[in-house]
Amino acid sequence: MKMTKAKRNKLIYNIVTFALVIGAFLILQSMIANKTITRSLKGQLVPICCWIVMAVSLNLVIGISGELSLGHAGFMSVGAYTGAVVSGLLINVYDIQDATLRLVVAIVAGGLLSGIVGALIGIPVLRLRGDYLAIVTLAFGEIIRNLVNVLYIGTGDGRLYASFLNKKLPEGVTMLVDGAKGAVKIKPISTFTAGFILVLITLVVVLNLVNSRAGRAIKACRDNRIAAESMGVNVTKYKMMAFVTAAVLAGMAGALYGLNSSTVVPTQFTFNQSINVLVFVVLGGLGNVLGSVISATLLTILPEMLRAFADYRMLVYAVVLILVMIFTNNPTILSFMKRLIAPFKRKDVTGGDAQ
Amino acid sequence: MSQQKHHSTTKMVPVPTNSIVPERDINEIPVLETRHLGIEFGGLKAVDDFNLTIGRTEIAGLIGPNGAGKTTIFNLITKVYEPTSGAVLVNGRDLHGLDIAQASKLGIARTFQNIRLFDNMTVEENVRIGLHNNIKYDMFSGILRLPRYWIQENRQHEKALELLHIFGMENLADERAGSLPYGVQRRLEIVRALATNPKLLLLDEPAAGMNPRETEELMENIARIRDQFQIAILLIEHDMNLVMGVCEGICVLNFGRVIAKGTASEIQANPVVIEAYLGKKKEGQA
Repeated sequence: MKMTKAKRNKLIYNIVTFALVIGAFLILQSMIANKTITRSLKGQLVPICCWIVMAVSLNLVIGISGELSLGHAGFMSVGAYTGAVVSGLLINVYDIQDATLRLVVAIVAGGLLSGIVGALIGIPVLRLRGDYLAIVTLAFGEIIRNLVNVLYIGTGDGRLYASFLNKKLPEGVTMLVDGAKGAVKIKPISTFTAGFILVLITLVVVLNLVNSRAGRAIKACRDNRIAAESMGVNVTKYKMMAFVTAAVLAGMAGALYGLNSSTVVPTQFTFNQSINVLVFVVLGGLGNVLGSVISATLLTILPEMLRAFADYRMLVYAVVLILVMIFTNNPTILSFMKRLIAPFKRKDVTGGDAQ
Repeated sequence: MSQQKHHSTTKMVPVPTNSIVPERDINEIPVLETRHLGIEFGGLKAVDDFNLTIGRTEIAGLIGPNGAGKTTIFNLITKVYEPTSGAVLVNGRDLHGLDIAQASKLGIARTFQNIRLFDNMTVEENVRIGLHNNIKYDMFSGILRLPRYWIQENRQHEKALELLHIFGMENLADERAGSLPYGVQRRLEIVRALATNPKLLLLDEPAAGMNPRETEELMENIARIRDQFQIAILLIEHDMNLVMGVCEGICVLNFGRVIAKGTASEIQANPVVIEAYLGKKKEGQA
């Protein structure tokens, strides 16, 4: 098949994306081997992978499918709790010591459950138009957070116990999820390699999906719903496809994230966290997968690097965000800045005349 | 309406028999038949008792003054609107309860008065959306790049270029659809509609914004598309040269009702049509 210009550009874009991610992984791995990596950065590696997956998957919903979802952290928390429970179940009940196996099963389970939840929410909501999805997904995120707040899960006597609303589990049960205390006593088994593989899987899924029949249908529904329907595209089906795929990926990221520390608490997955991911997506550019990868990485590292500013850290973070948004996305500001700078440049040339 | 009332006051209505179709199509099920089709918007009857039959290979025109309800009829046929009365039959099948995508699968394709292309996609991708239900493969073949993906993508590519060739647009395949000149965008809409493999092609003002030379080409292309694909074409158009030149049966609409269907010469001589367009001649005026 003759390679057209558009196809070549897409191929180059994909190669650059993968090369960048793989290159960064190799560099970081060699830094770990040489022990030249800082402690704080090393601790951030897995979270960075998780946030990249979150950003890329949300970009599938917002950038590619064109629906505003404000509950992405909800899917992450479904994945995180599922991962913690499944991992605990495997070690406490089935006595599986192989950490890699537990991690893989936990991530798959987290993705599956999150996908099912995504489908349940998507079925009623994706038939609607406009801002309904944003409002319902926002509410979903809060509902999930409040549900896990009163969820108690434990293992004992070779079985799983679960209860709701503070009903006590039997004595001698090892708690896995303890209400407002969250998922407790998790054995951290996430590794940077696992995170890297998950990022690769996410990139393959999203980029291949976008450049296929289904992906074109998803973009067509975004660009012009009536025209897409008139061409025989089932809009609800393709919006659903994007939404559920994103939920699955977010659930997997959540499982990885949850199994990276010893506890997961409900307050980690608030509305603010959803907005954070939204910021990654918007800053990286809607529909731009590589942009999401870069912005998720930088904005996860940035708050750590701003520790020197102590109390003003989040203020500086916000200012940096606003400035970057303005300078990269606003053509009016861009042309205004050019005009603003132009006279100064002339003054500089004529030097001391002004004084 | 209660069952009792229904029996006691049966109202007899005329069936549509006044519509004409080309003689060659008379022995086949008409591609489109509307029966007492009507829609109300908050009490306003935008279309009322609209009866039209289109033969399988007919090129038909739908004309009428502005606001007569022409585009509304297209929206009724393509299920953008659900009619409040009457029925639309495509190939003898009632469209009641179907959505836009299902109607498309039954063989209706259309272009839009205000162009609705996928602006941020390339010309070829636009046509590929038209091929969506013709050359298929599932999502997983796409994600995992299974052999089926490569085979079907190749088929889509070749079919898209073949269709673009009809309007000599294959060299524009990689251009962004939104960046094309107006006339070319109109042509792309027709190609995209043809890609869905329709039985009935609805063209909403295809010549709008075209210069006389482009309109001339369009007329030839409309006839050529009908001959090549053996489909019916129903078009809304204000350019009377085009309508009279290419349409076999012309349906005139005024205030949401059919006032005449006939051949070009019949329509031009019809006093009711002349009145609808030019107004009533008053007593004492020249």
